[in-house]
Parts: sequence; structure tokens; C-alpha cells
Amino acid sequence: MKPHKTEKRPCTQTPSQTVGPYFAYGLSPAQYGFDLPELFGPTLAGPDCPGEPLLLLGQVFDAHGQPITDALVELSQLDAQGQDSGRALHSLFRGFGRCGTGTLADGLYAFHTIRPGKALGQVASCLHLTVFMRGLLTHCFTRVYFADEQAALERDPVFQAVPEHRRSSLLARREPAMGAHAWRFDIHMQGPQETVFFDL
Amino acid sequence: MVFIVNTEVKTQRQKKTINAILTRFPFCRDAMTTSPLLPALASRDWQSHPPYQAPGYKSTLTRGPQQPLVVVPSRLGEPSVPVFGLDGLRDIDRDLTRNARRNGEPLGERIRVVGRVLDTHGRPLPHTLVELWQANAAGRYVHKVDQHDAPLDPNFLGAGRCLTDTQGRYEFFTIKPGAYPWGNHPNAWRPQHLHFSLFGQAMPCRLVTQMYFPGDPLLAYDPIYLEVPEKARTSLVADFALEETREGFALGYVFDIVLRGPST
Repeated sequence: MKPHKTEKRPCTQTPSQTVGPYFAYGLSPAQYGFDLPELFGPTLAGPDCPGEPLLLLGQVFDAHGQPITDALVELSQLDAQGQDSGRALHSLFRGFGRCGTGTLADGLYAFHTIRPGKALGQVASCLHLTVFMRGLLTHCFTRVYFADEQAALERDPVFQAVPEHRRSSLLARREPAMGAHAWRFDIHMQGPQETVFFDL
Repeated sequence: MVFIVNTEVKTQRQKKTINAILTRFPFCRDAMTTSPLLPALASRDWQSHPPYQAPGYKSTLTRGPQQPLVVVPSRLGEPSVPVFGLDGLRDIDRDLTRNARRNGEPLGERIRVVGRVLDTHGRPLPHTLVELWQANAAGRYVHKVDQHDAPLDPNFLGAGRCLTDTQGRYEFFTIKPGAYPWGNHPNAWRPQHLHFSLFGQAMPCRLVTQMYFPGDPLLAYDPIYLEVPEKARTSLVADFALEETREGFALGYVFDIVLRGPST
């Protein structure tokens, strides 16, 4: 391959464009039943993975409170020890996964993972979500905190940077109906409960 | 001390937020100390990216967030982006003219798309994942939700992926996608395009975008393209390049992709 258009000067960031409604066979092929190996799916941790199992599930809602069934959610997280496994993938735990909202009932997404630990110095543990969909020209970053870490949340610099009346949008809550390890985190794109999205 | 902020602190509001946190939570200073693993990144350049609310693109009005984004004062604990070896990546997946054949060759005009993945300083990003998906030559996606009345191609899936080489270069062989109608407004047609997905060096660098073709008359009518600020818009249009053409096989197009990178 020949080199081309070599530019040493600062370059303009390539603009974002919507993921569109038809990303599944490219980005989540196995989840949607397409014949292509999947690089990332909704399972980050198998049953033998050290740590407390976590089933993170939820819906993505539009301005009218309707579940969005063509969104893509990406999850990044540390492992149970607070280690960054992204750079050393092993068979028991992957620090990154994807789930579309088009295969489960009612537009649910669901990740099978473990509760994340904390990096040295980190106050409250969290999961990092990136949300893509038709109608979003640029993706959105948010974080999932756990409602049972109240004391840590009161001291967490990121959680505290969020206006107080919006903080509850970042809290996952236990969902006993879905199992002992299930936590629910709904994403509201708009409306009075609009989820906090971060300027990363 | 150095604040670890993932964006350059530019506005008074951002400074005020961070100072307010440090006043209330002085111990956070440690948590905000910079780490070599998390270099300060160039901020997301909203002069290049389209807005969340774009009246010409109807579904943004019920899906794009309306509240201001919240600045993150600390990236401590931010996981790094996934790293890929050869596992799961097949060499054939850079060639969409071959990776889904059943009983023959896919229909349509074969193209070769090459380019470099760079950061904003023009430095190449080696070994970074590039994922690609697209409609077939008739303008039909294999996705089950696509009900456009155009034929599917049994020998074409329309999805591929590869890693950039040591010079940040990628290469795909594929079929030139067709234009297709969509319901945004009367007689709305999407220009021919390829979808790209990239990770870059850190989570905030994530990019999903679309590549367009030079001279496509539909670009002038496409709100998804036109919502990109004018100065950055043409960077989404590939260059035709005879020198990248494979004689007798596929026409060549060049599409360089620039991701956010370290602020310095």
C-alpha cells in the first residue's frame, strides 16, 4: 500500500455520524443471529470469573417514554479487583462488551458481568456506558453507580460534580425480580428523568 | 499539581465546577493527580461534530439529549479501550467481496477503500480496530428490520473489520453501496455510504462515523451529512484515487480518519 496524503499539521477530528438502525450485523452479529464471529458481546464474565456476579439490565427510553429497540450500548469496566483488564484480555473476564436493544423483550439490554472494583484512589465504583442509536449523531457517555454505595458516592468527585437533582439518574438499583445479582439501569434520552451524559 | 481532566478546562463554568469539588472534597486532589496511563486528551471538538438536536434529522428531536453534558473532573478508574490480537479477526474480513460468499461473487461495483487512522497531531494509530458495515449494491441492508424493497445479495453480508498496520493504515475491499430511501421526509434518500467504528487510544476517543463518495448528488439533501459543521463536512467524503485502484479489479478510494488524541 502506498502512503498518501501525509499531513504533519494538526488535523480536524473526523465528525461523528449516527450508528443508524442497521448496525447489528456489523457490531453485534452473534447477538442478532448473523453469520459473522462476534468480537464483543453481552457477556463479559463467565461463571468461573472471580468477583460478585452482576446482571446489568435496563431499557433506553425516548422523549415519549417509549423503549428504543434499535440502540446499542457498550460497557467498559474494571475487574473485581479494580484492575484494568482491557490491556490483558483473558478467558474469564473481558473489560468490554456490547449489547443491542433489539433482541430481548421490550427493548431490554442485559450484560452478564461482575461488580467492578475500584482503581487505587477511586472512591465509588462504576461502570462506563456508551450509547449509540439512530437519531444520535454523536454518541453519549454515561456512568452507572450503585445505589448501595451511598457513603462512597457522597465523597466521589465525579458523582458530586453532577447537579444534585440529576444524580439519581446515574444510580443502578437492585432488581430482585430478575435474580439476586440483577441491577437495573434505565437510560432516558430526554424528559424530566434525562440521564446525565458526560463530556469526556 | 496537575488536574487530570479529560478535556482541556476552557470555560469558567468548568473551572468553577472543579474548584467547587476541590473545596468540598480536598482529598480528591490525590484522585485528580495525573497518571501516565491516562494522558490528557484533546477535547471533543464540537466545531467538527454534529449536534444532538438537529431539526432536519427528525429522530434527533426525541432521542438527542437536551441537558448540558457534565464535565468529568477525574478519569481515575477509566478502563482502557479493548486491545486486539489476531483472535476473532480473520484476514478475510477485510475483504467484503469474499467473506460472505455462498455460491458466487457479490453483485455490484468492487471498490478498494484505504486510509490512515491518525490523531489530531497527524500521528498514525497502529493496531487499532476498524469495523465497517454497509448496504449492498442495491441499497439494502441484511438487517432484518430493513424492509426496503430492494434485493438482498446471497453472496454479500456487508460487514468487515481489520486492524491498522504499523503505519496506521487500513484497507478494505468491498462493493459500492447503493443509495436507499428512508422515512425522514418526503422523497428522502441516503447518499451512498459506509459505516465505520473505531476505538482510538482511550474511551473518550471512540468514533462511529460514515464515509461518503465524491460527487454524490444526494449529499446536498442529506440532513445527517448536512448537520456536520460546514468546515468539517467534506472530511467525510472520500477521495477517488486512481493510484489506489487495483487494475482490472476494484476502484480505489482514500478515506483518512482522525481521532482525538493526547492534548499535546
